[in-house]
Order: sequence, then C-alpha cells, then structure tokens
Amino acid sequence: MLQIENLHASIGGKEILRGVSLEVHAGEVHAIMGPNGSGKSTLAQVLAGREDYEITTGRVLYDGQDLLALSPEDRAAAGVFLAFQYPVEIPGVGNLYFLRTALNSVRRQRGLDELDAIDFLALAQERMTLVEMDRSFMNRSVNEGFSGGEKKRNEIFQMAVLEPKLAILDETDSGLDIDALRIVASGVNALRSPDRAMLVITHYQRLLEYIVPDRVHVMAGGRIVRSGDKDLALELEEHGYSGLEDQAAPDRSTPAGATR
Amino acid sequence: MTAVSTEVRDLASQEYQYGFVTDLETDLAPRGLNEDIIRLISTKKNEPEWMLDWRLKSYRHWLTLEEPNWQKPHYAPIDYQDIIYYAAPKAKVALASLDEVDPEVLAMFNKLGISLAEQERLSGVAVDAIVDSVSVATTFKAKLADVGVIFCSFSEAVQNHPDLVRRYLGSVVPYRDNYFATLNSAVFSDGSFCYIPKGVRCPMELSTYFRINAADTGQFERTLIIAEDGAYVSYLEGCTAPMRDKNQLHAAVVELVALEGAQIKYSTVQNWYPGDAEGRGGIYNFVTKRGKCAGANSKISWTQVETGSAITWKYPGVILQGDNSVGEFYSVALTANHQQADTGSKMIHIGKNTSSTIVSKAISAGHGQNTYRGLVKILRSAKGARNYTQCDSLLLGTDCGAHTFPYVEVKNSTAQVEHEASTSKIGEDQLFYCRQRGIPEEEAISMIVNGFCREVFKELPMEFAAEAQKLLSVSLEGSVG
Repeated sequence: MLQIENLHASIGGKEILRGVSLEVHAGEVHAIMGPNGSGKSTLAQVLAGREDYEITTGRVLYDGQDLLALSPEDRAAAGVFLAFQYPVEIPGVGNLYFLRTALNSVRRQRGLDELDAIDFLALAQERMTLVEMDRSFMNRSVNEGFSGGEKKRNEIFQMAVLEPKLAILDETDSGLDIDALRIVASGVNALRSPDRAMLVITHYQRLLEYIVPDRVHVMAGGRIVRSGDKDLALELEEHGYSGLEDQAAPDRSTPAGATR
Repeated sequence: MTAVSTEVRDLASQEYQYGFVTDLETDLAPRGLNEDIIRLISTKKNEPEWMLDWRLKSYRHWLTLEEPNWQKPHYAPIDYQDIIYYAAPKAKVALASLDEVDPEVLAMFNKLGISLAEQERLSGVAVDAIVDSVSVATTFKAKLADVGVIFCSFSEAVQNHPDLVRRYLGSVVPYRDNYFATLNSAVFSDGSFCYIPKGVRCPMELSTYFRINAADTGQFERTLIIAEDGAYVSYLEGCTAPMRDKNQLHAAVVELVALEGAQIKYSTVQNWYPGDAEGRGGIYNFVTKRGKCAGANSKISWTQVETGSAITWKYPGVILQGDNSVGEFYSVALTANHQQADTGSKMIHIGKNTSSTIVSKAISAGHGQNTYRGLVKILRSAKGARNYTQCDSLLLGTDCGAHTFPYVEVKNSTAQVEHEASTSKIGEDQLFYCRQRGIPEEEAISMIVNGFCREVFKELPMEFAAEAQKLLSVSLEGSVG
C-alpha cells in the first residue's frame, strides 16, 4: 500500500530525512521508533503533505500513485490520516461540525453522498464509544480547553469516523497517563483491519505493549537503521538508543531537535 | 509560496459583487456647500422653519471646526466643495405604496437580493430603502401602525411627527458633537425614523437598506429610534454602493433613545464598496452612532459586521444614564486589500449599577489595517458599574496590522473594569490540520474565521447571521469560484 523509496527531505536548508525507505502492506501495523531528532515526526508530516518541507530526492507511492504530488486535502480524500502529536485548537468551531465538514469533504471527493446531520450524529455517537468520549465533547470547540489526553482521544475518534486506509499516529502516547493510554490503544486496536495500514510513531516501547506491531523500525539520523519484529522494541527498551546513531553514518551532522 | 500567503494573494483580488450602477433619473443639487445649498435641501424637503434653523446653526458651527486628524487611518484631504450634497431618484409624485416605486429602483434592490415586494409578502421584516439621499420605499407601514409603531423615512417624520423629531433630534448626538456629525446635521438628506410607544414589543424586525448610487455624492443619512417605557425593537441596517474610482463620503448619524425598561437592538451589516486591490476608490464611512439609556433598566445593544468601505471610522456607544441600564457592543471588522478600520465603542457610565460589554473581533488580511479604539468612562455617580471588554485580532498574512487602543477612565472606586485582548495569526498549523482532515483550504479559512467571530454572530438576528457569515465567506473567497 505504501512504498517509500530513498526519501530525502529538508527544511530551511537542513536535511532531516536522508534516504528513508519503507514498505507497508494493507493490514499491517508498523512501529517507527527512535530518539528525538531522528526524523520520525518529519516523516509523518511529509507523508501527510506539510508544505514546509522540501523533498529533494526519492518518491512515495501510495496505492500505486505518487503521493507527494497530491495536496494535503487530496491525500486525506485518498485515505491518509495523521493523528497529530500536537492537535491544533480551533476556537469557535464546534468539534462535531468540524468533523462533519471533514467527512463530507472527503466523501464528496470520493463521489459519495454527503451525510446529513442526523446520520452523521448516529455515526459519531457510535464511534465515540471506541475512545470512551463523553457526549459533552461534541459541541465544544475543536480541541479548545481539552486536556492532553482528551486531545489524543479526539484524534482517534476522528480517525474512527474518517476510516482512513493509511493511519499515521505521531507520538499518540506522549503526555498520556496509563488509563488514557489504555483507552487510546484499545480504540486503535479496534480500528485494525485487513484493509488498513498503520504507522505508529513512538519514542517509547510502552505503547507497543498495547498496540502490538507487525514490524518495528528504528530511525536515527534521518534513516531507518534497523528493522525487526516486535521483539526489537523490547531490545531497545533494554539497551536504549545509544549507539544507534553510529549506524546512521556516514554523515553525523544532524542537529538535535531538528524534528518539528 | 506557503498556503497562507497564497490565500492572502487571492484575498487581494477579491471582487466586490454589488458594484453595479443603476441608470436612474436623478435630481442633483449643484456641487459644493454653502447656505444656499442647505436652503435648497430644506426646500426640496418642504421642511418647517425650525428644521432649517437647526441645519444652518449646524453649518455655521461646522465652519468653525477643524477636520480631526488623531485617528489611525490616513487619507487624502476631502474637498468638501467637490461633493454633491443632495441626490434623489426623480419621482414623479409622492409615493403612496410600493406599487408606485420606480421599477428601476425595485430592480436594483432585486439585484441586491432585497426584493422589497417579496420582503413585504413573505419575510415579516419591514424595510425602509434609501437610495442616495432619499427614502424610496417603506414596507409594512400599515401593519406597524396598528400597534402604534411609527416606521418611516426621516423626511416624512419631520412632516408628520414634528414634535417627536424636535424633542429627540440631537438629544444623543448634539449638532456640536464632532466634525462629521455637525456636517451631517447641516446637510442630512434622509434616513429612517422609528418610534415604539410605551409597552409595545415591535412585532417584526425593522430594516433599512442604504444604497449610494449617484457618482460624486455624499450620503448623509440620519436615523432616530425612540423606544418608550418598556418597548422593544430590533433594527437591522445594510449598506452597499457601486464601484467608483473616486472616494465617496458617507457621514451618517444614528441616535437611539431607550426610556425606562426599553430595549433597542441595533444590527449593522456594512458592505460599502471597499475600493480596488490597489486601494483606489471606496467609501469613507465616517459615522457617529450613539444610544442613550435614558431610563432605568433599559438596554441598548449594538452589533456590527463591517466588511466594506475603504475607511471605516466609528465608535457606536451607549450613554448609560438610567440606573441598572445595560450597554453592549459586538463587532466584527474585516479589512482586506488596503482597507482601514478604526472602530470600537464608547461606554459612558452615569447611573448606578450600570453594566457594559464590548466584544470586538478584528480580522486583517492583505494590507488591511484594523484598529480597535474604545473608551470606557465611569463617572463618579456610577456606583457599582461594571465593564467587560474583549478585543481579539486575527491576522491573515504578514502585510496587515492590528492595533488596540483601549481608554479607561474610572472615577468611582466601586466600579469593576476588565479588559482582555489577544492577537493571533491564522496559523499554518490550523490550516494544515483542517486540510489533513480533508477540508479544502478556502473552506478551512472561512471556517476558522467564522469560528473566531462566533461570539458576535450569535448576537445577530437569525437571518442576518446567515447573511453575515456568507458575506465573510465571500470576502474571503478570493478569485476562485
């Protein structure tokens, strides 16, 4: 479903991704781990279409089409979803209104009929239970005044409504206490399906105890330096990321904190 | 080019959709201003002696004044001798009903989306339509008269209700108030008059549409609304003008009087021609709007959505004289291209336990400059007075600006005054978030801006709120669609 080939991307003249290659098939869950500044979040942003990055080399095929040629909204319509590390607040715009607008934009693009308010409400209420979201969320403004955990649950709720084919979860576990982590993870697990691929980006192994990946990749210095099965995550937990950056050679000039 | 700046460029090329000129036979006064012109206006309107005297007194006072220059917007000096002070669509005879209105005028209003005839039949909103200087049609007059509500053009009120006009004219905005109000007092041509008698709740929204049509004319209308004890009225005002490459002056005065327990809700959607992308042409909208809560427990509420005009310069205010009276001001001002706005509110607290709320939302795009300027004045007598002011600015792009000048004067130590202000940019982050969810860029911007304005829009009457949202979306639409 997703083929990334030798992807290089830079921002403000600094190269962050330095030749990422990765293949993900439908139904698979891949975890991407790595230290801060290794380029994990940049990869997520580039796949979702953030325009601040310049793609210098490489290509990304999604269902056989050139993903990088599409606008962010067209990628969304094609089924790409990014659960943001820092979900954005939009004051004055109701959460449910926002989501209905999004769903109907996507449906329009896909040649489907728009859902009316009543059908949408039924769908939303059903999907909210996945992440144990309170009904009071529906009419609050998008992410405004939400706690960190509520924001992350809202991301997974949106994902459940939009039903993407490729879901990218960018540090969805960061800032979550253990209960919220469990809720978010069970929501994600409920959305695993043979037609859907997931890319789970995380710094810590702990999320992967709940969302068990098919493959684990380790990024360092803008490349994938190791790949393995779920046991690789445990190994990293034990030994940490130290030493990995050596494998990212030859060029070690990646600045710390270069990830957005 | 990043997403936001693309949008801003589109904004700069937005089209003004009300820029047509209607071919009306117009009765024009000669260019320029002197006592003869004022006498001419007064004669044309068949005014009583006292009215002419008031105009002349205003004019003589105006001659002693200097044009103010303390405001933020800049503009080339206005040549007051190059303006036509009176223009009226030529009507053959006095109009008795809508059927007699010039079909060209009706066609023009249809083009604006205001079918007067249809409004009369369907919507239950009474409309007074003013083209250039003259009121051309007031609908629903008969139905309103049944409950004792007077809603007519200002000229008619001078003829038919001279006592009311004499008692209240200039009682809130005196003829000496300021340069433009004084000019208006001398040359005002027409406007709306509205009187709600004691205890009457006006059964429908009252609405006035102002339209400048003739070239090189100034529009100086005057609106006077009086709500007697316990009365209630909701009043809507809409404005458009054709595209002209010269600036046209619009200097109106609005006076509201609320007696004991009365409520006046005044809503404006102002969409005068804003000038072209380079800042040529457009309306100078220099308006004095003020209400007086004369009686105890009265309430006056201003809601405005300002998307038009090259320069908007106005501070709708409330004099809170009656004890426990309430003043409100809710404003959305959008400046795009080279538009400038210097707007805000004045709340003057005199009575005990008076309270006021100011919510101002300013949106700047292109080279637009948006200034909030407000005065909250709490006099010694205003024991227990309260004010809450909130000014939020939203910037689209990097060439625009937002400025806030809140003035607060408190002379009573029991008063509470709060002020909150914020400035934000439509972030790349917000836009990207929306687009990642599948919402196209233009729709996303419109959604974010409408969300920003929600607190104000919810104060507008239902049908006006929809219109305001549409207007804002259109103004933000850019060249696409």
